[in-house]
Amino acid sequence: MSLVGGPPDTGLILGPDPRGPRRARDRENRQLAVRSTLIAIVSSIVFFGLLGWIVANSPGWPAFQRAFLDPELFAKTIPRLAEAFWVNVQLFLLAEVFILAFGLLLAVMRSLPGPVLFPLRAMATVYVDGFRALPGILVIYMLGLGIPRLGLPGVPKDEFFWAIVTLTLLYSAYVSEVYRAGIDSVHPSQEAAARSLGLSRAQSLRYVVLPQAVRRVIPPLLNDFIGLQKDTVLVSFIGIVEIFRTAQIISAATFNYTPYVAVAVVFLVVTIPLARLVDWLISRDRRRAAAGRAA
Amino acid sequence: MTDRAPALIVEGLHKSFGKLEVLRGIDLTVDEHEVVCLIGASGSGKSTLLRCINLLEPIDAGRILVEGEEITARKVDVDRIRRRIGIVFQAFNLFPHMSVLDNVSLAPRKVLKRPRAEAEGEAVALLERFGLADKRAEYPDRLSGGQQQRAAIVRALAMQPDLLLLDEITSALDPELVAEVLDVIRELAAGGMTMVIATHEMGFARDIANRICFLDAGRILEQGPPGTILVAPREERTQRFLQRITDAGRL
Repeated sequence: MSLVGGPPDTGLILGPDPRGPRRARDRENRQLAVRSTLIAIVSSIVFFGLLGWIVANSPGWPAFQRAFLDPELFAKTIPRLAEAFWVNVQLFLLAEVFILAFGLLLAVMRSLPGPVLFPLRAMATVYVDGFRALPGILVIYMLGLGIPRLGLPGVPKDEFFWAIVTLTLLYSAYVSEVYRAGIDSVHPSQEAAARSLGLSRAQSLRYVVLPQAVRRVIPPLLNDFIGLQKDTVLVSFIGIVEIFRTAQIISAATFNYTPYVAVAVVFLVVTIPLARLVDWLISRDRRRAAAGRAA
Repeated sequence: MTDRAPALIVEGLHKSFGKLEVLRGIDLTVDEHEVVCLIGASGSGKSTLLRCINLLEPIDAGRILVEGEEITARKVDVDRIRRRIGIVFQAFNLFPHMSVLDNVSLAPRKVLKRPRAEAEGEAVALLERFGLADKRAEYPDRLSGGQQQRAAIVRALAMQPDLLLLDEITSALDPELVAEVLDVIRELAAGGMTMVIATHEMGFARDIANRICFLDAGRILEQGPPGTILVAPREERTQRFLQRITDAGRL
């Protein structure tokens, strides 16, 4: 029996494996692996089958199906939603650029030494604490609806502008903490080595500490990027017609919730590959670290 | 020798970490081209002394002069001072995200503002001299401990320091890799490099040092040529320390 390919196994018929005990062990391990996979498949079919059967036999299932899972409406909405999603894409790509830059600036400000620079450190700390404490939706309301109303000359009233500003302000606070963890994870002996060669503090940071810090925090940065993608729907509340607002409009016109399910599908399709990438990067880093220790 | 100021003068140096007084009045003069070895038990203050000389640790009292210039004065530019003093650490402290060549040429390029081609040319020449030319494109984690430490020495030399400090540079190495690193130091000593070396390798200290200083509890208890200190030490504590080393088979 050979489920995983490889040369036909004659060892069982001809007695002791002529290729030695090592090969016999390999074969045993392969068979064990195949068995675990089969068990996992069977148990998944049973579990999800049962779950599906329970849901499909619930008393409200037909009504639920009509309200949330209308295939015709789904097919009709997807193109409009995809078009509206382009607004979200512009929002999170543009905001991410500012977030990465501003977050780094905040992190560096917080790591500045000396009493003279205390005001800068304090400012950055208050900022980070404040924006992490506030619910995002509040900030979006206050900035997006409040500041344009001040009518200050030269201050743009464009909602898209304020959407970018609020997302940047909110997420920079989180991202700066990620950067700071990265900076703290670089051993002080690295800076000592850089300074001992005559590099200034700024040069040590720029050429020695930050390159190592940023490399280490790429997976958590990507995690925050996934969060940002999802939170772009929040700016629909200050009047930007993006994917969620579009779904609301269609839903209100058709008295059906299927457009929301369609929005969920769009986000799943975009976000899951990125989440997989993050996992892959983390496990690759772990393998590299292990290899580094072994060397 | 000449009437130039000594390469290094340390006067009345005190240094505490919190309540722990690590250095309790160090006086030390090192002449140009002299090789001074610091010996003593762990915690006797050897590493701290070197880190103070490199201005990596602020000092509590006393002063340090390099070629007559007081480097512990208030308004001194520490980056300019550090260019003249190289230090090699026990744990190598190479930059893991850079190739060996970049490790060596970074400071000449960024601190001395040398053009890249020139800085890299000199770095390659130095690497060649110490048998690392074929490793120039490798990252530090691809090198053996001995190769890493030699690369760290080359990195310090690339700044052409007047004074080189070596902080137990063979302590983190497997025994069979110690020789290749010590050979490099021997070559530097033969070339006239002024060095202060903290070490546990007594045989090496005997071979290379013009003078050996025995540190005990933050003071230089006894100093003199290797023939005197290692063979007929005056102080009882020095005798006991050397006895322990001899018993451990390291002399």
